[in-house]
Amino acid sequence: MRTALRFVLGTLLTLLGLLAVTFFIGRVVPVDPALAVAGDRATEAQLATVREAMGLNRPLYVQFGRYLRDVAHGDLGQSILTANPVGEDIARVFPATLELATAGIVIGVVCGVPLGVWAALRRGRAVDQAVRVTGLLGYSVPIFWLGMMALVLFYVRLGWVAGPGRIDLAYYYAVPRVTGLLVVDGLLAGNLAAVRSALAHLALPALLLGYFSLAYISRMTRSFMLAELKKEYVMAARGRGVSEARVVWRHALRNAAVPLVTVVALSYAGLLEGSVLTETVFSWPGLGQYITNALQNADMNAVLGGTLVVGSVFIVFNLVADLLYRALDPRVR
Amino acid sequence: MKRRALLGAGSAAVLAAPALVRAAPPPRDLLVQAMAFDDVLSLDPAESFEVASSEVLGNTCERLLRFDLDDPSRLVGVLARDWRLGADGRSYRFELAEGLRFASGNALTAEDVVFSLARAVRLDKAPAFILNQLGLSKDRLGSALAQDGPLALSLQTSEAFAPSFVLNCLTAIVASVLDKRLLLAHEVDGDLGHAWARRSHAGSGPFALRDWRANEILTLDRNEHFHGPRPALARVIYWHVKEATSQRLMLVKGDVDVARNLTPQDLDALAGAPELRITATPKGGLYYIGLNQKNPVLAKPEVREALKWLVDYDALGATLIRHIGRPWQNFLPQGIFGASLAAPFHQDIARARALLGKAGVPDGFELTMDVRSTQPDQGMAEAFQQWAARAGLRISLLPGDGKQTLTRYRARKHDLYLGDWSVDYWDPQSNAGAFAYNIDNSEHPATKPLAWRNAWDIPGLSHETLAALMERDDERRRADYERLQDEFRRSAPFVILCQQTQVAALRREVQGYRLGPTSDTNGLAPVSKLGGGVA
Repeated sequence: MRTALRFVLGTLLTLLGLLAVTFFIGRVVPVDPALAVAGDRATEAQLATVREAMGLNRPLYVQFGRYLRDVAHGDLGQSILTANPVGEDIARVFPATLELATAGIVIGVVCGVPLGVWAALRRGRAVDQAVRVTGLLGYSVPIFWLGMMALVLFYVRLGWVAGPGRIDLAYYYAVPRVTGLLVVDGLLAGNLAAVRSALAHLALPALLLGYFSLAYISRMTRSFMLAELKKEYVMAARGRGVSEARVVWRHALRNAAVPLVTVVALSYAGLLEGSVLTETVFSWPGLGQYITNALQNADMNAVLGGTLVVGSVFIVFNLVADLLYRALDPRVR
Repeated sequence: MKRRALLGAGSAAVLAAPALVRAAPPPRDLLVQAMAFDDVLSLDPAESFEVASSEVLGNTCERLLRFDLDDPSRLVGVLARDWRLGADGRSYRFELAEGLRFASGNALTAEDVVFSLARAVRLDKAPAFILNQLGLSKDRLGSALAQDGPLALSLQTSEAFAPSFVLNCLTAIVASVLDKRLLLAHEVDGDLGHAWARRSHAGSGPFALRDWRANEILTLDRNEHFHGPRPALARVIYWHVKEATSQRLMLVKGDVDVARNLTPQDLDALAGAPELRITATPKGGLYYIGLNQKNPVLAKPEVREALKWLVDYDALGATLIRHIGRPWQNFLPQGIFGASLAAPFHQDIARARALLGKAGVPDGFELTMDVRSTQPDQGMAEAFQQWAARAGLRISLLPGDGKQTLTRYRARKHDLYLGDWSVDYWDPQSNAGAFAYNIDNSEHPATKPLAWRNAWDIPGLSHETLAALMERDDERRRADYERLQDEFRRSAPFVILCQQTQVAALRREVQGYRLGPTSDTNGLAPVSKLGGGVA
């Protein structure tokens, strides 16, 4: 009970701090927010009206106080760029990012963990080197370039996957929106053609993000595994004649999984921020593009709303990682 | 066994993957355009000023008049059947065509026209100035606008302006005629339906807005109540694709019919592809460099002139703005009434050096240049930086986001500013009023025309600009603008670099696709597609 209370208080404080920093940075940036609303052709009188309406003439703390009051009432304000309530915008763009990030992290874990384990078992040998190089490439090749090349090869030349966008335009209005995850919505509607189209569009960007997280996850798995494999209980198990597969997968990996959970959770949270470059190359209308575009146009309500979501995602994932940690490692309880 | 089954399933999935993609080009009555439209702020004609929204409103709403695409100085009636000017030079009378309807099905009458013009003035958003300058201001509305019958109205301007100017202003988006009944049905707190209209549609054009999801998609459907010829397209989709190369790939692949934001490199790569063609039209936008006259060195006439001899127009046209612009030296873009074709400047470093010597700065000096960190802006700034270096000028670039450089520019904090400027309505006054008019050079003027932003104090020239605005004889008005442009080239603290070209790459099967000189003249009504099925 006490822990829960402390957690809630901590969360609120963190979010408050996050908002305060974003808010004040946004106001210090040398851009006139009224100009963003009224445009370059506005007269000084029109700009003054906009400043008044936006409350820009009041002291910063008053502006921030008003913003917090609205947020507390569930109102994230209006976006300048989209003429929509920010909450509505985020409800529209976040599922796009969620879909992509989830597919990406699943690929990252499913491929990255076994690769990492494998590399640890073959330490210093060709396999280890190959995994290392693959990981290094995933880290260092600009994802923008890689995305473009992948599009040219798999979309234009080979025709294996669909191009930019989330779904073929033919299905754009065919699937009623429930979750905003097009694959899920397609399944719910029983429209398998739409699901196929969504998957065909999802495949390439998801593989790309998956590769990116795979690089990190396999490196970390490898080092956690190496640490475990050196421990006495592993030698003891081997000495008792427990099969090698069981030693590796049941004993060592189970213990390596504890720190790995944090790595995966934070990678996932990172993907949920929206990866701007991937979203740009693949015309994926997600959170990353939304926040970036808002930033470039001094659309502060949208920036703050986006920041709030990203912050909340990190907090939730930290919590989940914490809980999993406890579940996996009895000593922490 | 289990593992083998998994592997089998996995490889089957991989092998099945190619079948995920079914090549289905857009059907014949659907046009898909890949376009970067993250600038759409509002679809209310009383507020909208952006490129993409203008194009949408040009197709969903109509004005009394439009200019002829083949001869932009000639006006054609759209909603107006007839118009005439009274002997006093101030009273305009318009008669509407009969049987006009909005997309909602409501009849379009003179009441809607009067309401729409008055509404734009009352809402007082940025484009309202286009109507204000005719004398349609909040306090004059009662006397300036009157309905003379179900299909007739009159407009009383505050002064006897050049008639071409008055009528040209009425071709602007802000003068769109909107559905009064529909807007008032959506009115909230006396906003004349503004909050609703920002993302909806109340027009009578060949298309009607079906859906707009910011930074994602904008869909127009054929307006079945349209009074003109029925458009061949049932639907037009604007697909937000920010990255030019992605647009190119989608075009080549046939997933989109038109790509709108290709770079010179992309367009080069596409040239010669048999299934594609490229269409281009010079548009009403210029790239220029502004020289802040608050900088005492830049304020010297010889220095201003020297900077104009630095630009290598040939190199500019052949590389940085290839396909997307062409060298230009006047403040009126070609195609607009009165635009001068004169181009006296070319790169002459020795001459620039001599002028700098005459100005007392033979060894050059240091300057900053604000520029948006996008292309071709930054490329042009870098090129100018190198040309200037050859004459001894040391320019450091200050790249920033659009709003950031604009904020500095509007506060007159720059030395040099490289940016673009588009005409607001298709009349020479639009740019003359920006480049050659500044009657209040104080720190807090009512408006900030470009001449003000560069602190160019020009009471005399401003007076001449006004005189051209009042000249009722077309030929004399044309001569006025020739003179203004001559003087501008000679003495203005502006280096005009080039006129923008609006360019689109499209699939061969698209017919009748034509870009106009302004965004709102990119008409979709005549477009059709050969072959393919119907959705």
